[in-house]
Amino acid sequence: MNKTVRVALVALLCVGAAACAKKQAVQPQQPAQEQTTQTQSNETTGKYKLGDLDTDACLRQRVVYFDFDKTEIKPEFQQIMACHAKYLQDRPTSQVRLEGNTDERGTREYNLGLGERRGKAVSDALQAAGGSASQLNVISYGKEKPVCREHNEDCWGKNRRVEIVYTAQ
Amino acid sequence: MIKPMRKLSPSFAFVLLAIAALFAGPLAAQSLNIDIVGGVKTATPIVVVPFAQQGGAPLTTDIADVMRNDFNRSGKFRSLDKPSIVEFPSQGADIKFATWRLLKQDYITVGRVSDAGGGMLKVDFELWDVNKQQSLLAQSFTAPAGDLRGVAHQIADMVYQKITGVRGAFWTRIAYITAVGLGNNTTYSLIVADSDGFNPQVVARSKESLLSPAWSPDGKKIAYVSFESGNSHIYVQDLTTGARQLIEGHSKGINSAPSFSPDGSKLAVSLSFVGNPQIFVTDLSGHSETQLTRGGLSINTEPVWAPDGQSIYFTSDRSGKPQIYQVSAGGGDAQRISFQGQYNAKPSISYDSKQIAMVQGNGNVYRIAIMDRSLGGQVRFVSQGPIDDSASFAPNASMLLYAATDGSRGVLYSVSSDGLVRQRLALAGGNVQEPAWGPYREH
Repeated sequence: MNKTVRVALVALLCVGAAACAKKQAVQPQQPAQEQTTQTQSNETTGKYKLGDLDTDACLRQRVVYFDFDKTEIKPEFQQIMACHAKYLQDRPTSQVRLEGNTDERGTREYNLGLGERRGKAVSDALQAAGGSASQLNVISYGKEKPVCREHNEDCWGKNRRVEIVYTAQ
Repeated sequence: MIKPMRKLSPSFAFVLLAIAALFAGPLAAQSLNIDIVGGVKTATPIVVVPFAQQGGAPLTTDIADVMRNDFNRSGKFRSLDKPSIVEFPSQGADIKFATWRLLKQDYITVGRVSDAGGGMLKVDFELWDVNKQQSLLAQSFTAPAGDLRGVAHQIADMVYQKITGVRGAFWTRIAYITAVGLGNNTTYSLIVADSDGFNPQVVARSKESLLSPAWSPDGKKIAYVSFESGNSHIYVQDLTTGARQLIEGHSKGINSAPSFSPDGSKLAVSLSFVGNPQIFVTDLSGHSETQLTRGGLSINTEPVWAPDGQSIYFTSDRSGKPQIYQVSAGGGDAQRISFQGQYNAKPSISYDSKQIAMVQGNGNVYRIAIMDRSLGGQVRFVSQGPIDDSASFAPNASMLLYAATDGSRGVLYSVSSDGLVRQRLALAGGNVQEPAWGPYREH
């Protein structure tokens, strides 16, 4: 129970700040280089281990953002896909819940479908990079869980997201 | 009132108990703030004279006020302002027609309330044609003192039908969801209230999202979606007993968008355990699922039955953006029926199948559009946007409810089907969303 709470808290911190991923969305090149270095150092030192979710710069990024009405994973998030896929591969007992979300425009039910489609896009990308389907569980909240409540593109962009939540590390 | 049928984890059961303790007994919900905006010059003028009271304790409900609000928000009538009412007849013989002709009134209602003993009240009312000086209706009701609003709505319905020829829908109920609090501290409630927003009662509460309430045709049950288990699940709850049944709870994918068949025996739903969201029909007695739409990667959701039960309308993005489609209730190929507008979703069908209300999005503006099928699919807008959602026709299609945003707050509007008169239903310090207009009530 404590472990679950801690995982949820870590996820929340990342979501609440959303700083890492947002920064990356604004300046895709610089963080991407940093992550490349990080991932390489991990590759040279071997496998991800328990605790890396809290400390590894790439693994700490748990939010993938999408364009309006789109489900494609943008190039700047490929690095995040790669390190999480590697973690899933390195720790076969780890489990991830992919929470799909949309912005407020359109109907609640259609947005549930759209959120699921985004969750599946992330699931597919993680599987393509080495994660196993049995470690991934997609759930859609549609527009039910916005992180921002203003009616503008900046806010909508923050809500069109998939959150990567580790239910087992 | 919450009686979940499934097993609860101990901690969750405790939370439920704690909530139940806080709101013991029949749960009266927080009242909505209600204002009517707009008005129609062409609406029929009617004067509703305050009801005379013959003995007994002071009444808590002003029947004439309730009727005036009903008439005004219908868009079909324009009732004379209370301060402009200068004479107070309580029966036909006392009406001075010249006075009301001078005030340009076409119709007048008069009435009186008397004590019928045993906590009951007797309400007499009459409807007269001012120009013809002719009695059109005269009727008595006996009702508990606590149900005078119900009596007022029933009188308004009779007047509405007598003058327009269309059955009134004021004595009906509405369902909606409220969300109070922010983030993880949000409490969602499924509420049932009178059609004018009064008498709100809590049907279910959850710390996770509730959505898509749908009435059974007899008005005794509500199907809805709850995320309380972590994923979207469909429940049907009996409004009288509070007993609740899990109808769709596939652990994989979405279980959502319930709609009762006109005979009440089945639910049309959207389920994605098959891969992508598809329309299914679930038999409520045996829970057998029949899949209506198949294949592809599209989102198929928001099914709603045609009034004759022969077909189902739904939203699908199989052509790219969401549009409205129609499929036989037995399955087969679906026909696209909406062509105007980039984005059309969540259909609501009028009782005569002639009008289909939907959410239409063009650019960043989402409004409620009504497509009149007798006019070749022409569309008219009845809401202003920019982020409107979830239209629901009254059972006589004279009005609709829809959800909108006011600043960062969710509010409901009822609007006359011509789009000219609007009533806002707002919750102080919370959001109101997902309206569903219930069926006619039977006496």
